[in-house]
Amino acid sequence: MTKQTKPEALRKTPSIYPTKTKLQITIIFFVVLGFYLFSMVWTQREMVGGFGDALGNMYTVIEKFFPPNLEVIPKVWEAMAQTIQMAVIATTLAAILTVPLALLSAQNITTFKPLYLFTRTLLNTLRTIPDLVLAVIFVGLFGVGLLPGILALFIFSLGILAKLISETIEAVDMNPLEAMRASGGNIFQVIYFGLIPQVLPQFTSFVLYVFEINIRASVVLGLVGAGGIGLVLDQQLGFYNYPNAMAIIILIFIVVIVIEFISNKLREALI
Amino acid sequence: MSTYSLPPKQPKSTSKKVKRILILLAVAAIYIWTFLGIEIDWGRAFERMANNFDRVVPKLFNPDWTATSEVALKIWETVLIAFAGSLMAAILAVPLGFLAAQNMTRSKILTAVGKWILSAVRAFPDIILAILFVVAVGPNAFAGVLAIAIGSTGMLGKLYSEVIEAIDMKVIEAMEANGANKIQILFYGVMPQIIPEFLSYAIYRFEVDIRASSILGIVGAGGIGTMIIFASSNRNWNEMGLILLAIIIVVTIIDFLSARIRRKIV
Amino acid sequence: MIEFKDVGLIYPNGTEGLKNINVTINDGEFVVIVGLSGAGKSTLIRSINRLVTPTSGSLSVDNENILDYRGSDLRKLRTKIGMIFQNYNLVNRTNVLKNVLAGRLGHTGTLRSILNLYKKEDIGLAYESLQRVNIGEKIYNRADELSGGQQQRVSIARVLTQQPKYILADEPVASLDPPTSHQVMTYLKKINKEHNITTIVNLHFIDMAMEYADRIIGMRAGEIVFDGPASNVTEKTFEEIYGRAIREDDLRGGAKES
Repeated sequence: MTKQTKPEALRKTPSIYPTKTKLQITIIFFVVLGFYLFSMVWTQREMVGGFGDALGNMYTVIEKFFPPNLEVIPKVWEAMAQTIQMAVIATTLAAILTVPLALLSAQNITTFKPLYLFTRTLLNTLRTIPDLVLAVIFVGLFGVGLLPGILALFIFSLGILAKLISETIEAVDMNPLEAMRASGGNIFQVIYFGLIPQVLPQFTSFVLYVFEINIRASVVLGLVGAGGIGLVLDQQLGFYNYPNAMAIIILIFIVVIVIEFISNKLREALI
Repeated sequence: MSTYSLPPKQPKSTSKKVKRILILLAVAAIYIWTFLGIEIDWGRAFERMANNFDRVVPKLFNPDWTATSEVALKIWETVLIAFAGSLMAAILAVPLGFLAAQNMTRSKILTAVGKWILSAVRAFPDIILAILFVVAVGPNAFAGVLAIAIGSTGMLGKLYSEVIEAIDMKVIEAMEANGANKIQILFYGVMPQIIPEFLSYAIYRFEVDIRASSILGIVGAGGIGTMIIFASSNRNWNEMGLILLAIIIVVTIIDFLSARIRRKIV
Repeated sequence: MIEFKDVGLIYPNGTEGLKNINVTINDGEFVVIVGLSGAGKSTLIRSINRLVTPTSGSLSVDNENILDYRGSDLRKLRTKIGMIFQNYNLVNRTNVLKNVLAGRLGHTGTLRSILNLYKKEDIGLAYESLQRVNIGEKIYNRADELSGGQQQRVSIARVLTQQPKYILADEPVASLDPPTSHQVMTYLKKINKEHNITTIVNLHFIDMAMEYADRIIGMRAGEIVFDGPASNVTEKTFEEIYGRAIREDDLRGGAKES
């Protein structure tokens, strides 16, 4: 909308927008609004009692969930630990395997175009599949347990991580790499000395970020039988034992916050 | 050739060394704990895989086309859930974003409160929110809309506040010097600087929400996820193949469109 | 000795980078190549260490045709040719000593270098090289903490550590201010004389070329249009090479008044 060539400060001139832009924006606004209203009607059409009732319900629900039964926490602690362990293993595997994949899908390193396009497309497709769908399929293959959960998380995070890192690689300064080539370094030495120092901080930061995502994802994988705390939560909900469910939700909430906090501190220490 | 003098050793502060060792120890401890704690029955898992492989994988690649209309309807619902949810979030996140931006509130306490609310909201996985809303409003698509709306608000609010914190404050200073009031500054000084980024993030969040809303049906919150859970409990892998294909296509299209629109905006 | 015989280079997009180059550079010479940007100076020197590959003719270094070199032959060739770049090409996040040690990569095995197991002599050599360009006290600073002139000196130290027979410098002073430019050129000249390293420098500043070169090669549109000792060169020669009158910005200025 605004011309990029204009310096920051000039952009704010309260210009009278041309009629064409005005018209365009009005149309877009009404299309978005119309689609929104349509979505709201559509998604509420199966709802008994409509929106007003729902608000009333909300209150009853909050009552049902409270007070949470905190006594259940020691019993579910093991499942929570499993969830975290799943995330640790999946993140580690993804971090290792992402290195070759990211190199192969970075245009400035993989100059052989068909190979680069192949890995790119593969990763892009991989990233469209939601983690839970992967979990459903792996549970179908391996049966209920931790292994399908780990595999689902691993594949899911591999897609994200490889994309983020290949973009980082594409943004590096290629000049030092040229210098190392000119002084007779082989491809491994060029990558190790020219590339890795440039991407290592972002790499660690992205791995930690993906770890956070995996913690959150591994919580819910249990809902489809892939082990961990989600499985327990699903059972409690199945028994309509809402105070227990609430205690588990609170536990999840605290664990996620604590891990995010640690991961943030680690990131600050490393960069 | 070995008569060169060696360079002096690099002076390293002990606190840095200690810090590094502590981090290493912590990481090692996590790994030991993980590998001791995790139990996988490899034998059984692989036995099952050997048995199931033929029953699952080839069928995934052989979609059941008779379910096309039903899948199309549910995917459509998924898009609607994501759209309504992310639009709600895009609006809800604005006041929270301003609250959490240091340069707008000019109060440490308010900023901290805003940041806390946002990170608390973000800590809830979307699907947990969906569970809560399904209980509240019943097992329908609107529960999904609410889950997406709340879930996205946390992340969008954080991104918004970062955008606001990065704006050029000189412009605002100049306007203050001109005697503009707070509302005028907001509309003429702040808004033009943040709107492109806000829109871009909101559209990006829609991309994320399409993925998120496609699984909400697993807990009864509408969309294609409903079919995923049926197909998996019926072991109807042909239908799962079609669902998977539909998700891949829709997500790819939306990613593509969103990337194009965002490139135009910013 | 470097010998170009009928060397030509056509880029994949059809641009003709080099045309019919015939030139011999003798050991120990300090040659400056001048020409406008796009004249082919950079392509010419990058052919010598095969960062670009000529498409016709023959190019020999120490009487061996290097044009069909691949793999380990090519790396061996590159270890004896050091190169200095306009933008210094240091790894910004890495410290100075490691950047300089990168000059030893070609002499060090992959495993050894990846495990940071440089030989003691190599580390000593790197340190001595840094001292030669008077920057020995900065070894543990990160490269991006240094000024442009200091970074270029680090990159000279990197080349020295490589112990090359030839040094190629591609516009080494284009990003520097006049006093620093003279400092860098003085170091290059000193190294050329003291170690008898054949040095080829690309420059577009006329005054610097005249001041430092033993021999000047002029290029225009991929061809060599002048080749002779610096003492024979006048402003008129440059006007012929450039194909236009000399302008203010063709001069670096700040020549040694001190």
